[in-house]
Amino acid sequence: MERTTLDIWVGAFVVAGFIALTILAFKVGNLAGYDGSETYTVYGEFDNIGGLKVKAPVKSSGVVVGRVADIQFDNQTFRARVSMKIGNRYQFPKDTAATILTSGLLGEQYIGLDAGGDPANLKNGDQIKLANSAMVLEQLIGQFLYGKASEGAAEGAKAK
Amino acid sequence: MPHRKVGFGLGSIGSTVVNGVWRLGYASRFFLRTLLGSGMSFRRFHLTIREIYFSGVMSLIIILVSGLFVGMVLGLQGYETLQKYGSESALGTLVALSLVRELGPVLAALLFASRAGSAITAEIGLMKATEQLAAMEMMAVDPISRVVAPRFWAGVISMPLLAAMFSAIGVFGGYLVGVVLIGVDEGSFWSQMQAAVDFRQDIVNGVFKSIVFGVAVTAIALFEGYDAPPTAEGVSHATTRTVVTSALAILALDFILTAFMFRGV
Amino acid sequence: MCAFQRSKEQIPVPAENLVEIGDLNFAYANRPILKGINMRFPRGKVIAIMGLSGCGKTTTLRLIGGALKATTGSVRVAGQDLRELDSDGLYDMRRKMGMLFQFGALFTDLSVYENVAFQMREHTDLPESMIRDLVMMKLHAVGLRGAHKLMPSELSGGMARRVALARAIALDPMLMMYDEPFAGLDPISLSVIGNLIRHLNDALGATSIVVTHDIQESLKIVDYVYFMADGVVVAEGTAEEIKASPLPFVHQFVWGEIDGPVSFHYPSPPYPKDLLLETSYAA
Repeated sequence: MERTTLDIWVGAFVVAGFIALTILAFKVGNLAGYDGSETYTVYGEFDNIGGLKVKAPVKSSGVVVGRVADIQFDNQTFRARVSMKIGNRYQFPKDTAATILTSGLLGEQYIGLDAGGDPANLKNGDQIKLANSAMVLEQLIGQFLYGKASEGAAEGAKAK
Repeated sequence: MPHRKVGFGLGSIGSTVVNGVWRLGYASRFFLRTLLGSGMSFRRFHLTIREIYFSGVMSLIIILVSGLFVGMVLGLQGYETLQKYGSESALGTLVALSLVRELGPVLAALLFASRAGSAITAEIGLMKATEQLAAMEMMAVDPISRVVAPRFWAGVISMPLLAAMFSAIGVFGGYLVGVVLIGVDEGSFWSQMQAAVDFRQDIVNGVFKSIVFGVAVTAIALFEGYDAPPTAEGVSHATTRTVVTSALAILALDFILTAFMFRGV
Repeated sequence: MCAFQRSKEQIPVPAENLVEIGDLNFAYANRPILKGINMRFPRGKVIAIMGLSGCGKTTTLRLIGGALKATTGSVRVAGQDLRELDSDGLYDMRRKMGMLFQFGALFTDLSVYENVAFQMREHTDLPESMIRDLVMMKLHAVGLRGAHKLMPSELSGGMARRVALARAIALDPMLMMYDEPFAGLDPISLSVIGNLIRHLNDALGATSIVVTHDIQESLKIVDYVYFMADGVVVAEGTAEEIKASPLPFVHQFVWGEIDGPVSFHYPSPPYPKDLLLETSYAA
């Protein structure tokens, strides 16, 4: 085969390979959603994080504003300490509340931020004071059954 | 009499082990010589380009067709299972993650080993059997840097590109079956996929895996060819061994790499 | 043809030797192959090494090419002991050597033209136009200028051998080595190759070593013959001396007799025993 024909084929092959990689990065993966390293870190202490994982999204009003960077157990307070990396273009007041939520009934867990009214904004390294734990399905069901049972007991007592 | 048999058995185990270690050492030395003799592959890059054509471009059809079908099967099977739990919308995640993390690099490497690896072994083995390598050496040209090294680098360059194409077309196959054929919601198919597939964690690791597989497959293929007894039978055995050894090496390496990369996630 | 005739008349005079082999011993893993070989290859001559298969003649050739290293003794090429050369020195030495392998050993993925151009591209920075001229000259010398576009798979055995010859002389070597150049050729190709070996040697002013067991063809072209058996030189001399040799082994070889010092039978127990004429209890 002529060397030039061969070069064209190999060139096309390499280009196709890089197109495939780009598709993987932007269409399949989430590279488009990142803004590089422009983030600041805040953390919150939760009684119970449920099934929250590192890399889980941090959302506000349903928009992804950051990611969970690290989850550790604090030996002093006996609570989970969750670090979040928030994009620099998203600024939140100091009294913002963080809640661990679930997308759908059985979906993945994420952190929801509800902005407060403080004029000062959160800075790198700040702690979010208002941190609400995850709703654990087992506890919910337990409460529901307990409520039903006590309701039933009350009704039974009424009937007597 | 029985203890003599035991002795014979132990002896053969011993010689197998010694042989294996000897071969491994020889293979490592060969690999090192290939790396040291790589200068020419880059100085005269058209030598490498030619080999990329033969191992990469020629593997394109089998990689693309297999990738498409694997993606389509993943779409069908994934839908069957997911819809039992009412989470068909996670189909995109399932297809993309299995392809990008595992199936893309591993299956592409297995196909590459059987398409390009066996061809490399047969070619080098025949060059040895017909004294082409000896002739080259007599012409004061080192066959390792002129013949072996360009093929090695061509394999290392081609493999990640092929694996990326395999994954990309596989995702497309999953989309075809899941969204176009079955009717999973297109928006949730892509958005859930994008939420779950991480660039660093999944895609870069997948590419890294395929580079390691590319090194392993081409090194095995080249060594088997170079080491093959210079007869028709020797070359055909070496070709078989390339495919078998590469497949085992790919799967074992995959386990090790996966254990390192996705531990604790 | 005239040059061919004249050089045949010349009796080898002990001129300066291009290759000298002194007390050469060689063993593969304690199995001795060559035992105390002494040979001299004067400049400008065509010398044959003959003998049965497995007598060590190809090994001798590989030792001269530096592909193997002598166990003891010396191989000197142009005054240089090959054992003292490092691999770079050996590669430099090999640039001055050309070798024709048994079946040509053409690079199957390159065309005839590229095969001949191979060494020029690897070792020189000649411009393409000059490479083209040189390749055409070499191909013309072996009569295959018209075949430069063909691939090795499209050549007959004799043509492949000639292309390989053109490739071996690409850089005008001072020493040409031929490993069984006549094996598997038809009679016409055989004489063509024989003629070329002689002609090219005289045209290049090179020295040629021909390893062969084709006695009839080689005796027509060579100046001197070394006869080997079991790793030693058993006879040497000019073609006429070899033909007239009284040694029974050489006589059997030259005239192709079935029985002689080289027995027809592989060493075996007595025939009746193998036919079970002697039963085991009798033994």
